[in-house]
Amino acid sequence: MMMRLMASLIAVLTLLSATAAIGQDSAAGRRTFSDGYRFVEMTGEELFANVCQGCHMPDAMGASGAGTYPSLAANKNLESGAYPIFLVVNGRRGMPAFGDMMTDGQVAAVVNYLRTHFGNDFQDAVTAKDVQDARR
Amino acid sequence: MIKRRDLLTLIGTIAGSSAMYHAMTSLGFASESAYKGPLRLAGDPKGASVLILGAGLAGMTAALELRKAGYKVQILEFNSRAGGRNWTIRGGDSFVELGGHRQKCEFEEGLYINPGPWRIPYHHRALLDYCRRLNVALEPFIQLNHNAYLHTTRAFHGRPQRVRSIKADFQGQVSELLAKVTQQGKLDEAVTKEDQEILLQALRAWGALDRDYKYNANLGSAEFRGYSRDPGGGLTADPLPSDPIALPEILRSRLWLALQSFARYNFQTTMFQPVGGMDMIGKAFAREVGDLIRYNAKVTQIQQNGSGVTVSYVDAVNPSAVQQATADWCVCTIPLSILSQLPIDVGAPMKNAIEAVPYAASVKIGLQFKRRFWEEDEAIYGGISFTDLPIRQIAYPNYGFNRSGRGILLGAYLFEGANAYEFTAMTPAERVASAVEFGSLIHPQYKDEFETGVAVAWHRVPFTLGCSGEWSDAGRAQHYRNLCQIDGRIVLAGEHASDLPAWQEGAILSSLDAIGRLHERVVKT
Ligand SMILES: Cc1cc2nc3c(=O)[nH]c(=O)nc-3n(C[C@H](O)[C@H](O)[C@H](O)COP(=O)(O)OP(=O)(O)OC[C@H]3O[C@@H](n4cnc5c(N)ncnc54)[C@H](O)[C@@H]3O)c2cc1C
Repeated sequence: MMMRLMASLIAVLTLLSATAAIGQDSAAGRRTFSDGYRFVEMTGEELFANVCQGCHMPDAMGASGAGTYPSLAANKNLESGAYPIFLVVNGRRGMPAFGDMMTDGQVAAVVNYLRTHFGNDFQDAVTAKDVQDARR
Repeated sequence: MIKRRDLLTLIGTIAGSSAMYHAMTSLGFASESAYKGPLRLAGDPKGASVLILGAGLAGMTAALELRKAGYKVQILEFNSRAGGRNWTIRGGDSFVELGGHRQKCEFEEGLYINPGPWRIPYHHRALLDYCRRLNVALEPFIQLNHNAYLHTTRAFHGRPQRVRSIKADFQGQVSELLAKVTQQGKLDEAVTKEDQEILLQALRAWGALDRDYKYNANLGSAEFRGYSRDPGGGLTADPLPSDPIALPEILRSRLWLALQSFARYNFQTTMFQPVGGMDMIGKAFAREVGDLIRYNAKVTQIQQNGSGVTVSYVDAVNPSAVQQATADWCVCTIPLSILSQLPIDVGAPMKNAIEAVPYAASVKIGLQFKRRFWEEDEAIYGGISFTDLPIRQIAYPNYGFNRSGRGILLGAYLFEGANAYEFTAMTPAERVASAVEFGSLIHPQYKDEFETGVAVAWHRVPFTLGCSGEWSDAGRAQHYRNLCQIDGRIVLAGEHASDLPAWQEGAILSSLDAIGRLHERVVKT
């Protein structure tokens, strides 16, 4: 834990100075910002980095405080694509529903990204049609 | 005919003040608060014990009132401090968010940011009453500052407009239009001739119209929208009017949207903030009940049977050994984002309710600047500027006015919507850098004057995992009552068990309601 803290502290410091030095290539410039209620990010990678990692963390390992965000890494629950589709669309417990904030294609993209990264290797891609069906 | 005021005086003298209060309410003077004054728990609890989970405002309200009523009370709290979401960050404080990023706040001594609650409406009677009873000094929170900005990237070449001019120009030109159709006789069916005369007078007065019912650049409209040269003294005394912004521009800019931020019941003047930071309230409660709190106690399981409640917890810092606390009854104020993950012995209706509430995303960013340029350069003293940039708001400090030296701005306040998630997904340093970047489009001084910042993304706050419970109408209709019913020996309280979501008043009112019902059950058994 201590090591991890130190590492992130160093990351913070580097980032601050990088922003100051480069100017144009600022943090605001590198990140994606949607301009309404819905997300503009389209690829699974972008969606993960701008939405999911807020809670599940950049390495998808989740985090724990008074409660826990589950790890999505090497996660057997992702084996059936329907399950993560359901969760992203409808939310679960404290997790918000993203069904209104993402199109079918976006949900499919982020689910496919998750199911093929972070130690997950499920090659049967889900489709926008699967998401559409899950919304009913 | 007797006038209303006279009638009230009459009732007051004859029947005393409670009759007066009822009369006032039915005549529409006093508005109904759900708060009926300090709680009175009559009857002897005969030594019954209550375990309270969470030392936020809901938990500490319950502790204060139940101990006073004769209960044996203990609180288990995850944090090493009391207050929960009632929280202030000052220079020297550090904070580790989920994921491990540690921020040390480098603000100058005496400067602070309220990362959660920051304002109190005048009609939050319960919270205000506790502030009075616990000696929490209040000062005005400025929601509407006519000299703050409304800003959109889509109009006026991105130049911020003063609230004052948008409000006056919108009001003035809408009045002009209405006056015009009135004079054309187009309201003849809806308004009597006599009333049309009064309406025209009203529109002229309210909209700052000239003799011909036109809204123009003149000293009359300048009194509303501001001057291009203010009245002065001596040889430069004469003021100059300023040019209104044309209605189509205002309409298309959508800046009128922000005007409701000043008009709605929850945001009407007078609003308050505690002097010195919102956590003065939590600290005041802790002065009363701090001796009952066991800190660093992370609850992991809640069990009950016919004779009592057993709660398992671990030391939050050193979680190896599971410990247990027991009591006759339990008031649980743990946010549902966390409670929904814990094993808890309650029936299906309450369990389903606990699982039915997603938690909203919210981000607040505090920025310290070398000087209070918003006051020095722009005459903005307190209040809020609204923008359609991802930062959404810039709020100016409502304390330390007109001082030289450093000051803190709230550089972003996001609540729900895509940007709140995007900011949560960043590192704290990225959030701060982005807030500076965007904010400098409104205040170019940012670039030279910025020193240091802190950023709190509520989904990464270890003790709540989110900002507040986000009930849908359907969810509330299906589950809300089941959430609030007493289940055996357990009752829930907190912001999530109220119809005032994301307000401290909701936490307190839910607690008073829960312990009132619990006490009734205890004295009956
Ligand atoms: C960004 C933001 C802005 C807000 N703005 C305003 C505002 O302007 N005005 C206003 O009045 N309100 C505002 N609110 C709402 C207000 O903060 C809450 O409604 C209120 O503080 C909730 O009180 P509570 O007692 O219900 O919960 P909390 O204060 O969250 O208390 C719950 C307690 O339970 C503890 N806990 C959690 N898990 C465990 C566990 N496993 N074991 C033991 N203890 C645990 C927590 O540490 C915490 O102390 C705002 C909130 C946020 C986040």
